[in-house]
Amino acid sequence: MRAISSVFILSSVILLAACSSTKLDDKAPVEDRTSSGVDPRSVGTVNASGDPLNDPQGVLAKRSVYFDLDSYTVKPEYQQVVENHAKYLKANTGRKIIIQGNTDERGGAEYNLALGQKRAEAVRRSLSLLGVPESQLEAVSLGKEKPKATGSDEAAWAENRRADIVY
Amino acid sequence: MIKSHFSSTFIRTFAVIALFISSVAHAQLRVEIAGVGANQIPVAIAAFGNESIAPHQVSEIIKADLTRSGYFKIIDTGTVLTENSQVNLAEWKSRGADALVVGSVERLADGRFDVKYRLFDTVNNKQLSSMALAANPNFIRVSAHKVADDIYEKLTGIPGVFATRIAYVTKAGKEFRLEVADSDGMGNQVALRSNEPIISPSWSPDGTKVAYVSFENKKPVIYVQDLVTRSRSVAANYKGSNSAPAWSPDGKRLAIALSRDGLTQVYIVNTDGTGLRRVSNSNGIDTEPQFSADGQSIYFTSDRSGGPQIYRMSVNGGEARRVTFGGSYNISPRVSADGKNLAFISRREGKFQIYIQDLTNGQEQRLSDTVKDESPSFSPNGKYLMYATESGRRGTLAVVSVDGRVKQSLSTQSGDIREPTWGPFMK
Repeated sequence: MRAISSVFILSSVILLAACSSTKLDDKAPVEDRTSSGVDPRSVGTVNASGDPLNDPQGVLAKRSVYFDLDSYTVKPEYQQVVENHAKYLKANTGRKIIIQGNTDERGGAEYNLALGQKRAEAVRRSLSLLGVPESQLEAVSLGKEKPKATGSDEAAWAENRRADIVY
Repeated sequence: MIKSHFSSTFIRTFAVIALFISSVAHAQLRVEIAGVGANQIPVAIAAFGNESIAPHQVSEIIKADLTRSGYFKIIDTGTVLTENSQVNLAEWKSRGADALVVGSVERLADGRFDVKYRLFDTVNNKQLSSMALAANPNFIRVSAHKVADDIYEKLTGIPGVFATRIAYVTKAGKEFRLEVADSDGMGNQVALRSNEPIISPSWSPDGTKVAYVSFENKKPVIYVQDLVTRSRSVAANYKGSNSAPAWSPDGKRLAIALSRDGLTQVYIVNTDGTGLRRVSNSNGIDTEPQFSADGQSIYFTSDRSGGPQIYRMSVNGGEARRVTFGGSYNISPRVSADGKNLAFISRREGKFQIYIQDLTNGQEQRLSDTVKDESPSFSPNGKYLMYATESGRRGTLAVVSVDGRVKQSLSTQSGDIREPTWGPFMK
């Protein structure tokens, strides 16, 4: 900055010298900063620790979409979760997500893997329709192999019928 | 119930194994017999000459194998009889035995153990078979199983499966393991350890490799692992989920399920991962492919009609014909090597159970009494099915004969055991 200021001062002095016979002063003239628009010495702060993805209170902290029994479409109550992540992904094209679909424990391992895939795919499709590029999305399934809730009751089953967005 | 006899064998064998495997704590499988065949052939089995010199008692393993098969009633001879002993077959017949087994174990100069045996038919007063097997000491159990297989085949006409192996997945705490054991649950060895799930193990036809699905990459990926060299390669890691590997009978290809095109569909790929081609084409889920014995057809699970049912199509794709019609949920097709039977899991009234369909006439029969069954696997002689089920809230394995009569369970001391697959005949 200092070098540029010197050049600025020098060039204006030279201009003044060219226009008049006024003797050059030894002291540098006081700059008038208020009249010009941008302050070249100003420094703006970028807050990397403020990535909305890392805010535990932020909307992106919600990364799970829950499904009803035998259902493979995103319910309206989870549309906002999808929209929040779509917005973030479109603004941050370097980010990729893997969407992991899950099922409850009932049924065969391989068939449930395919059913979990349908849940992940439903979320992927919703994000894609909102404009997120294919390259940022991958839908996979964990089937019934990694249950979040253990137990064989309706509450555990409901918790496991779920797709998770994983960054 | 012939349980007490088997338990003493188990304890004796376990004690011997404990001496040899000191530092590694494997969870041994415990086998319990819960059902026997309709007819049991009475066989007298002698203690084999000199058998204490080997790490395992050959005659005890033979007795345990034949007992477990459900088709034999063992008569203890109460004495040692070798292949050179004088035997009075009429006397054994009068003691109730239809057959007599005698033999011996000898240590050869090169350190190998030589197992010799003879099988006599007391009813027709003649020798039925004899064998001599020389093998390294750590293969003494295999030699005993091979003798049992020979007895089984000579007396029933069907090849025995005692010398075969099984693979299965265990979960204890946070650790998953892919293990290989003898079909009697003994001698388990760990092929893969992981902190993430392992499912759908599948034996190569030559018994040296296992394909499986691992979640270690946070998504399902298919690996092929050489059990001997421990080297493994990725057979399929396409975008999305990769699962349900099944070997072609010639061992060169795998039929698999991929979601790379959106919906899960059936593909075929070479075992080295090249040459991928899509085979199924539906608007539903197509998965769990299985080659037919002649390698020309593929049986698979599809919910194209609403709920999952089993279909059959040509290995080249095209039209699929529906095979199961009972109930609204039929999955996990398995075809016996002789092409006669189709085993599967059916959910009826909330119960998941093993069913078998005679492919020649379409007749269906429920085989299991347990209610949370999964992953059936035929023995290579097509006479038994091993499957995963739950007992007392823990995952256990069970075996049932294709007529539903012979029943066994195999459990670990702690943790769950699941995803069994019965290995092929090997030399």
